[in-house]
Amino acid sequence: MSKQNDIELIIEAGKTEKNYWKDLLEYRELFYILALRDISVRYKQTVMGILWAILQPFLTMIIFVVVFCKIAKLPSENIPYPIYVFSAMLPWTFFSTAFSNAGNSLIANSNLISKVYFPRIIIPAASIIVSAVDFTISFVILIGMMLWYSFYPSMYLLTIPIFLLITFFTAFGLGSFIAALNVKYRDFKFVIPFMVQFGLFISPVAYSTTLIPEKFKLLYYINPMVSVIDGFRWAVSGGKTDFRLEEVIIGLVTVVILNVFGILYFRKTEKTFADVI
Amino acid sequence: MSYTIIKVENLGKKYIIDHEHNGNNNFREVVTNNIKKFFNSINPSTKKQQQQLKKEEFWALKDISFEVKQGDRVGIIGRNGSGKSTLLKVLSRITEPTTGKIYIKGRIASLLEVGTGFHPELTGRENIYLNGAILGMSRAEIKKKFDEIVAFAGVEKFIDTPVKRYSSGMYLRLAFSVAAHLEPEILVVDEVLAVGDAEFQKKCLGKMEDVNKKEGRTVLFVSHNMNAIEQLCNKAILLDQGRIVKEGEDVRSVISYYLAFDNNIKTGYWINTENKFTNPYFTIRYFAVEDDCGNIINEPVRNDSDINIVIEGDIKEVDNALQVGYAIYNEDNILLYWSIFNDIKENEWPKLKIGKNKFVSKIPKRFLNEGKYRVELIVALYFRSWIIQPEKNSPAIFFTIQGGLSDSPYWMIKRPGVLAPVLKWEVL
Repeated sequence: MSKQNDIELIIEAGKTEKNYWKDLLEYRELFYILALRDISVRYKQTVMGILWAILQPFLTMIIFVVVFCKIAKLPSENIPYPIYVFSAMLPWTFFSTAFSNAGNSLIANSNLISKVYFPRIIIPAASIIVSAVDFTISFVILIGMMLWYSFYPSMYLLTIPIFLLITFFTAFGLGSFIAALNVKYRDFKFVIPFMVQFGLFISPVAYSTTLIPEKFKLLYYINPMVSVIDGFRWAVSGGKTDFRLEEVIIGLVTVVILNVFGILYFRKTEKTFADVI
Repeated sequence: MSYTIIKVENLGKKYIIDHEHNGNNNFREVVTNNIKKFFNSINPSTKKQQQQLKKEEFWALKDISFEVKQGDRVGIIGRNGSGKSTLLKVLSRITEPTTGKIYIKGRIASLLEVGTGFHPELTGRENIYLNGAILGMSRAEIKKKFDEIVAFAGVEKFIDTPVKRYSSGMYLRLAFSVAAHLEPEILVVDEVLAVGDAEFQKKCLGKMEDVNKKEGRTVLFVSHNMNAIEQLCNKAILLDQGRIVKEGEDVRSVISYYLAFDNNIKTGYWINTENKFTNPYFTIRYFAVEDDCGNIINEPVRNDSDINIVIEGDIKEVDNALQVGYAIYNEDNILLYWSIFNDIKENEWPKLKIGKNKFVSKIPKRFLNEGKYRVELIVALYFRSWIIQPEKNSPAIFFTIQGGLSDSPYWMIKRPGVLAPVLKWEVL
């Protein structure tokens, strides 16, 4: 106890940042617990329970197969179209739910924010973990589908964690930025679904990147989800689909910018959360 | 042995009250306002006026300085809106101060609400871990104390039931129980005892005493329950309008001071924010007791200091029958006198003008006795109609006189009688 008494904390206008990163480490258990809470609460009192994690992307995939493969007859780079779509559906669902959860997370936890101190960045970060769990469950379905189509998994699958990390940070950077804005301007509650919808169209979920004209490709790659989805397909198909290094590089640059900007804005506005929320 | 564990210096917390829209900001409004602001900045005449209208500063805390020694149990009292909760929020780092510094030695845990973060869908067990983590306990710590927490709350049977199925009493007991088993050096507690039945309150109080006495921890405690404060605390701080009005180790005297001056919301000023009493002859805007420097008097003043009654309002139509003045009552509701601005010869009456008029009248020094006074407004058209009538529709302002009754060493305390004038005597 005497040792802890030596800790001197100084609270002063505009100077709370000093302890921030140290606190973040100290509050890591809160991070686990909040993530655990979100996971265990998510499917409480539902009949289907965790099955929803599978059903959502699966049903969407079926719609996509009917609309884009059977009706629009989009190309799928010589992979069975269901696998082609589902392997894009997975990272996309991960991103979209993670991003919406993160974006709304601060408001959903307003009671915590106005009553207890902790580094607020924990909240959007923890909210993303739920989506990661959903992802893992539906990933098993993907493996099942691959076996069904006699499409055997290869070593390429080992690269998937890299794409997951990119997805995580895309959702985190953008999500914490929007979450901070959402605290003050509730308009962003309505902007989030729109952004997700828009994102679906500018990402190669239903279609293939090969359809994008070459001269627009660099612009197209700014969306980090392009590299994630293409990378995912590439990993699932065992390197058979088109996937380029520049996608990842441009995507990573966007992710870094998103995170730097998002976290800076979050940190800047964080002090006023309790007053504004 | 007991060193300073918390030191607060000139702490202030300012909020900006936006009169323009209530509640949350709307992004569209912000965008359009910024565009408006831009155009207004080109046209400087409108700019200042508009800004003054829209934003008002409000100091929820101002110039707060105090020290807490290790092992102290500090009770913070004051009426609603006096800044108690804001002070606790600043101390527990939920919100940032605008000015000043706080030095804290040791771990601080704040309990501003019982069961913060409790999730209704989770079981009692899960909520103990969740709430514990939120309050800053480690998983290992919670595990160690788990049985104790459950036993204190008395919910052994229902520990694996979602808390939404709990009775409100069980819910509260569990929530408090988690908090009571925190082990920080400093515990900050807000109004926790306002909830639960008498027996549970007693249990909580006992636990808080234990925390302090057995384990030597420092407790900062906000409550409206004066008995609890008196029983638990060895030091009290009285806040009013964001300032420390009184503090000291004599808890009982701070409490009685608080109870004496706080029966209701009694302030030294009244502002016509709702645009009441609108009429062409005299629409009241501001009514206050001020000192000679124009500061509103909110704290007790000596009877030999200057007290000005200030009445401000707008005149659209000058009428010679206008009467503006005040009526003053003591705490027994006895009317002392009426005073009107034109109680003098007609040719000496002050000239009224269209627009803002400010009436100021000094209450004589060495005239009123010690005590609390209520001042009500008089506005009327002589023999025609009342606009604001005392004891009917008048707003009231309050001030307190304490001390300064006479220069003689004999009379230091309240005198018998309604007034306490110091009159001239001659001995022949």
